[in-house]
Amino acid sequence: MNKKRKILTGTHFMFGNHAIVEGAIAAGCTYFAGYPITPASEIAERMSKRMPEVGGKFIQMEDEMGSIFSVTGASLCGAKAMTATASAGFNYMQEGLGYAYAVEAPLVVMDASRIRGEIDASHADVMQPRWGASGDYEAICLTPSSVQELFDHTIEAFNLAEKYRNPVIVLIDMILSHMRERVVIPDPDEITIVNRKKPTVPPEEFLPFKANENDVPPLPPFGEGYKVLYSLNPHGEDGRIGWDPDIHEKLYKRILGKIRNNVDDICKYETYYIDDADVLLVAYGSQCRPALAAVREARKRGYKVGFLKLITIFPVPEKIIETLSKKVEKIIVMELNVGKYFFEVDRVAKKNCEVVSLLKDRGTSFAVEEILNKIEEVSR
Amino acid sequence: MKINPLRKNIREWGMPHFFCPGCGAGQIMNLFLRAADEMKLDMNKLVVIGGVGCTARIPVYIKADALHGIHGRCPAWATGIKLHNPDLKVVIFGGDGDIAAIGGNQFINAARRNLDITIIVNNNMNFGMTGGQAAPTTPLGLYTTTSPRGNIERTFDICKLAEVAGATFVSRWTTNYPLQIVKTIKEGMEHRGFSLIEIIGQCPTHFGRYVLKSARAEDSLRWMKERTVTKEKAEKMSEEELEGKFVVGNFVKKSYPSFEDKYAELEKKAQGEE
Repeated sequence: MNKKRKILTGTHFMFGNHAIVEGAIAAGCTYFAGYPITPASEIAERMSKRMPEVGGKFIQMEDEMGSIFSVTGASLCGAKAMTATASAGFNYMQEGLGYAYAVEAPLVVMDASRIRGEIDASHADVMQPRWGASGDYEAICLTPSSVQELFDHTIEAFNLAEKYRNPVIVLIDMILSHMRERVVIPDPDEITIVNRKKPTVPPEEFLPFKANENDVPPLPPFGEGYKVLYSLNPHGEDGRIGWDPDIHEKLYKRILGKIRNNVDDICKYETYYIDDADVLLVAYGSQCRPALAAVREARKRGYKVGFLKLITIFPVPEKIIETLSKKVEKIIVMELNVGKYFFEVDRVAKKNCEVVSLLKDRGTSFAVEEILNKIEEVSR
Repeated sequence: MKINPLRKNIREWGMPHFFCPGCGAGQIMNLFLRAADEMKLDMNKLVVIGGVGCTARIPVYIKADALHGIHGRCPAWATGIKLHNPDLKVVIFGGDGDIAAIGGNQFINAARRNLDITIIVNNNMNFGMTGGQAAPTTPLGLYTTTSPRGNIERTFDICKLAEVAGATFVSRWTTNYPLQIVKTIKEGMEHRGFSLIEIIGQCPTHFGRYVLKSARAEDSLRWMKERTVTKEKAEKMSEEELEGKFVVGNFVKKSYPSFEDKYAELEKKAQGEE
């Protein structure tokens, strides 16, 4: 096979949804299933061309439930697998995500969230990755803010999924999906790739759901004689369905624990101008772009404002929020919705400082001026 | 104590199973294991899938790689498995609710693609696990826990549905035909493409008690037998005469490239392109 076709390298002026595809391929993705929905459709389109080129599989499923379950099947079979959708389609996928959390199937979901019924940018569904599925789970959710980050964080999403045997959601929106920007893709050997652990013992000694409370059990692919039962129902270390309350409690303590006890490893963020800040602006996803521009302009105007750019929104990076809440007087949480992630920041920070919301729920991005006005208002 | 030799392919912790006395699901599990044993199926290369319901429990008991616990999505799971690893054998065990009600879209589209899997439907004409509610397969006019004045909905013919959707192997039997079931399961699993085997099975606990007013399995089996017509006989009967009858036999067996084979062709093309 022509090596050039395999993994794209070099510098490109690239469409956001295409950067996701190239990131997935660089991460080792060999299975994609999707159902068309704006603004995520170009991910499926590009995948339909690229997957067979790299020896992977692409399938357009009959609905989003089909997509998420076929991705889960492929994942348990050994593939790094992904689907992409947008808000309404993400609803349908909650059933499959609930199962994937329960059986600890690594997979990646791109959710290009949108305003209800329309394609405009919105973060109305920011809490859906966290609370959308039935049953107990800890979500991992990344929010890139540029086309370069779409590429980078797609790789990161696969790495986290493989490492923690957990679904990973990448929450984006139309602004990023349809943006064209410069992307620099390193050589494949410069990219860090994480692969799932496989069993080191023969099938007769293997317990498929046994691990320490903050750890992840090895995952054998189908067809190698391990004969694992992956049931949604509460299951013991050997996979047996059990109605003993202890089985349920122990299982979910570990499924939640493997994320909760590794928050520092999972959570990524960036800070800007925080050393002397009195006011802290918090943003995620596409809105980090006007946010950083506004903070830079406010600094020029003499306001002591800092910026916390969230890359991982779930698990909530409580440590950095708490640390910064002790340094500043006020925190502004800006969002393209009616105020949702605000409550996560407020929960952590309110004992140390005042937390206020800056909201825009019109399907359009913040303008720098709107953010500046808020910074000026709270700085008075 | 004499132990059934097929027990080697059963998960020990799963026994005793949870099927009611006389349930058709236990029979179907037994007949599947017999078929698998007779065809010397490599149990390491088998993936069994069940959704939700009584029949969906069969894969829980079989010692093989298995998925279980989501209602209706079995063919989608199978799609991911078979596309990624076409060498595996995938068998889905579904109730009529799983396949013809909640999983209808997944079912017809897997058939349309001619995905190389086998679906064994235990059609007991009601929702057994939840207490005997009406299903899309409940015969017209019958009384169930959600049709207390008689079922007014027409009955799905799962075999016809599979055929028009594109299935390349379609058969129906009732649990009165154990030998034919074993033979058909073997043929269905050897068939390259989408095979659908519908088995009309008894649910003495709910369908038996509510509809037939008897919890005895033999009464259900007798009721089914009285209404069974072979395919050959049915061809000479009118539509009115066939109302409420179970037509049994092998309906479809044709050769068409499986989805996995089509994909392999496409992959070759994609990689050969300059």
